[in-house]
Amino acid sequence: MTTRIERHHYDVVVIGAGGAGLRAAIEARLAGKRTAIISKSLFGKAHTVMAEGGAAAAMGNVNSRDNWQVHFRDTMRGGKFLNNFRMAELHAKESPQRIWELETYGALFDRTKDGKISQRNFGGHEYPRLAHVGDRTGLELIRTLQQKIVSLQQEDKKAHGDYEARIKVFAETTITELLLDGDRVAGAFGYYRESGEFVLFEAPAVVLATGGVGRSYLVTSNSWEYTGDGHALALRAGATLINMEFLQFHPTGMVWPVSVKGILVTESVRGDGGVLKNSEGKRFMFNYVPDVFRKQYAETEEEADRWYTDPDNNRRPPELLPRDEVARAINAEVKAGRGTPAGGVYLDIASRLPAEEVRRRLPSMYHQFKELADVDITAEPMEVGPTCHYVMGGVEVDPDSGAAAGHVQGLFAAGEVSGGMHGSNRLGGNSLSDLLVFGRRAGGHASAYAEGLAARPKVAAADVEAAVDRALAPLEREGGENPYTLQQDLQAVMGDLVGIIRRKGELEESLVKLADLRDRVTRVAASGGRRYNPGWHLALDLRNMLVVSECTARAALEREESRGGHTREDFPTMAPQWRTVNLVCSLDGDKVRLEHKPLPRMRGELIQLFDRAELAKYLTEEELADFDALTAEAHAEEAAN
Amino acid sequence: MATQNAPGGTGKPGTARHFKVWRGDESGGELTDYQVQVNEGEVVLDVIHRLQATEAPDLACRWNCKAGKCGSCSMEINGMPRLGCMTRMSTFEENETVTITPLRTFPVIRDLVTDVSYNYEKARETPAFAPPTDLEPGDYRMQQVDVERSQEFRKCIECFLCQNTCHVVRDHEENKVAFSGPRYFIRAAELDMHPLDAKADRKEYAQASQGLGYCNITKCCTEVCPEHIKITDNAIIPMKERVVDRRYDPVVWLGSKIFRRGKQNEAVQGQTPRDPDELGSVHSHAGGSHEPEAEVGAERGVHWGRQVPHPTAPPLDSRGRLAISEFTFDKAAAPSPFGDDVTFPLPAEGLNYSHPDQPQAKD
Ligand SMILES: Cc1cc2nc3c(=O)[nH]c(=O)nc-3n(C[C@H](O)[C@H](O)[C@H](O)COP(=O)(O)OP(=O)(O)OC[C@H]3O[C@@H](n4cnc5c(N)ncnc54)[C@H](O)[C@@H]3O)c2cc1C
Ligand code: SF4
Ligand code: SF4
Ligand code: FES
Repeated sequence: MTTRIERHHYDVVVIGAGGAGLRAAIEARLAGKRTAIISKSLFGKAHTVMAEGGAAAAMGNVNSRDNWQVHFRDTMRGGKFLNNFRMAELHAKESPQRIWELETYGALFDRTKDGKISQRNFGGHEYPRLAHVGDRTGLELIRTLQQKIVSLQQEDKKAHGDYEARIKVFAETTITELLLDGDRVAGAFGYYRESGEFVLFEAPAVVLATGGVGRSYLVTSNSWEYTGDGHALALRAGATLINMEFLQFHPTGMVWPVSVKGILVTESVRGDGGVLKNSEGKRFMFNYVPDVFRKQYAETEEEADRWYTDPDNNRRPPELLPRDEVARAINAEVKAGRGTPAGGVYLDIASRLPAEEVRRRLPSMYHQFKELADVDITAEPMEVGPTCHYVMGGVEVDPDSGAAAGHVQGLFAAGEVSGGMHGSNRLGGNSLSDLLVFGRRAGGHASAYAEGLAARPKVAAADVEAAVDRALAPLEREGGENPYTLQQDLQAVMGDLVGIIRRKGELEESLVKLADLRDRVTRVAASGGRRYNPGWHLALDLRNMLVVSECTARAALEREESRGGHTREDFPTMAPQWRTVNLVCSLDGDKVRLEHKPLPRMRGELIQLFDRAELAKYLTEEELADFDALTAEAHAEEAAN
Repeated sequence: MATQNAPGGTGKPGTARHFKVWRGDESGGELTDYQVQVNEGEVVLDVIHRLQATEAPDLACRWNCKAGKCGSCSMEINGMPRLGCMTRMSTFEENETVTITPLRTFPVIRDLVTDVSYNYEKARETPAFAPPTDLEPGDYRMQQVDVERSQEFRKCIECFLCQNTCHVVRDHEENKVAFSGPRYFIRAAELDMHPLDAKADRKEYAQASQGLGYCNITKCCTEVCPEHIKITDNAIIPMKERVVDRRYDPVVWLGSKIFRRGKQNEAVQGQTPRDPDELGSVHSHAGGSHEPEAEVGAERGVHWGRQVPHPTAPPLDSRGRLAISEFTFDKAAAPSPFGDDVTFPLPAEGLNYSHPDQPQAKD
């Protein structure tokens, strides 16, 4: 093979230029490492740009009773206690610092009256907690980090005469393979989308920050980038994935008109007073408050409506339940025949707030629907339904360092591609802060790891050749399968059989169909040349989508309970013994292997942040007995003092 | 979610519509005809996706969010710079041919994808936010009214449509060296208006190093901005006003003039530099940005190699101040970015898209 391959040497290679990747890169550069940032699309276009509602951080600016303990509690509750408690703890403790730090990079959040960062209500958060900028918080976050990187490059230019002396962005570059030296990461191989030329990054440490997997579903808020590349790269490098059965379906994506299908209606519409109604005009969420949430949610419309102005003395409206509850409720209404013609329900803010107020509070929402679909949200209700939105599962990592578990070294992961932090369900707003907290940690620890290596791992020439061959195969194949058809077929399998509500028979069927698809994907062919050829790019991504989908299907079949982002019709309730188990996927040759792994146990002082009554809904008998012993011990100690 | 895959019985069946899409790369290309099924409620980007999934799997086009949030899908639709995902098919007549071409100001890579690195280079040259040295993280206090002005500019999704439209660089490759473009004027303005930015000379910098003087306030950039940022009124004009004010302070004036001259000579290589201050009689409006031959060229279609007007500086009034003349212009609202006498769609035969690096066809 005589293909020209460009080579680069870096200390830390960050794959992904969303919030997590950029924060990791900043940290690596601040640690003095030569850092590369790689991204499938242009700089500043990653998915993070689309986040709307805000970034959760217990700064207590709006309600001073908020603190990290409360945030930790909300996160664990939202994730149905399946979260890695240490990640939830670090996240709750460190996110305020990460948000404040953004201000020193130039971010301009909306303000409170006394000039602090304003915080808004959001589903699942006890107090107003989301730092926000109108409804374009993700844009502010990514632009701020992008501009911080530029400012670091300007410093480097001053010091070394070259903007790219220590940190360089490789935009529109896709990584297809991680290269190993034994168990150690040695580099990453990929292609420039623009030219189709190959590029090899030799680096001892790689941070995965590639985001999610949503393109395997048809109704999704995710862009073409979300093909699970990072998940698949990690698997193939010998790392493990956890919690892959948990996918978040955003409860309120637009289902009609077509041009806006899959686009999300931010939760702040509900936070600001929007209500859900079925085709009979009934505000149905009151019927769907699960027992575990009874205490915190209003039972009558009157009480719910009072909450907007007097949150301290009233309970929250049930429209603000965690999003999986809302998604499930909508699904149930639609199945019961009370949905809209396009298969959703109505989200009504028009009749609840004056038009002027809607425009002021939700400017980009208003503008987006007006322009995209000629829908005036101040005049008519929106038609919304569940949309594939976020994957809780991801690379199993060490909570403190972000180092991937499994038998690979030098691989780190942060952001949506990592798993554990959100348990079975992510709270709105917890992702943006997750990106910052764990992006920074992964970048820092990757640098430390690179620093501590005695010798650099070496890339084997044969591995590079194999990577080249694999990448070129779809172009050289004649008359194979069309990548777009394959993608549609995959989306159909996942949407119909591994969707929001799952059944044993269907999941088994999905595995058969996925095996068949896997076979067809080996025969995929792309027409055209190597320059900016989306058909070829998709053909290469399919392999990743497929293996990740298989992990999801297998784990979903295995977990015989319903929890957070995983709902089994045949096992409709939460089972405490399943809470103690993580399902871990790894690759054995090209087969997905699934194992049970016990969840780490929460430290005493953390578990004591909860009521016994609440814990009783989640924990097994033995765990409760342990908890009681702990409490007794604490009481005894108190008495002794 | 099978229920949602079906149109749910609400939609009308699609109709076949005629499209012309520019296909090619830097060595040349042409408008290719396609008949595509268009369904109710679709946008231009939906049509491109349908093309990719059927007839043209290798049709190159950028997109990410399909929601007007990422600024990836910039293209020219019937000659108008637009976001593909925000252009509803219902805005065209049933039998109208829709012509889709790549952004004209940037070199073509392939099909609808252009090389926008110019913008990232300019971004990198614009001095970053300078944090106040006396405040710890968490101690920043700002009032909502004070941040709102900068927040308007931070809405920018970096679609670069304004950059693509601005006549200063649209047909003037040579101006790209010295001219950062409207996107980076609003960046400078944003930092200038940032309540806590510690750098005090954003405006002077914009004038001296970003080529603010080339802008003659045609407002074309504001017209095409999908975020409806008032680029001209809220960023460019206030910056120019302050710069002008300061320049007429005798001391500042002398200093900045000497500095700027040197700078311009070096920036616009090989061109006779014009001192923006000395230009009094320059046109500044719709059509004013197009000289007669250029107009003829525009009539004939897009022509990369045509003679192009020199960069123009804004005219000053008798008191030496900027006339904010768009307010006194004879037509209502902002002028068309293409001159008032150009109508759309442009005759498709004329859209020839020869690349600047390619040998130019003889007129
Ligand atoms: C519509 C929408 C609204 C949301 N709203 C909120 C919200 O209000 N609050 C909140 O907290 N969260 C929200 N989220 C979730 C949140 O935005 C995402 O989870 C988060 O942005 C993910 O960030 P990331 O850094 O992990 O990855 P991303 O920002 O997705 O970036 C992934 C990066 O990896 C790159 N990449 C992927 N594969 C490869 C490869 N093979 N080679 C090279 N590069 C690659 C991509 O190009 C991209 O740059 C929302 C999500 C969506 C879709
Ligand atoms: S006002 Fe006109 S000249 Fe000035 S930046 Fe905008 S488009 Fe360019
Ligand atoms: S200012 Fe407007 S037109 Fe220019 S890049 Fe930003 S969003 Fe696009
Ligand atoms: S695809 Fe993001 S703006 Fe059009």
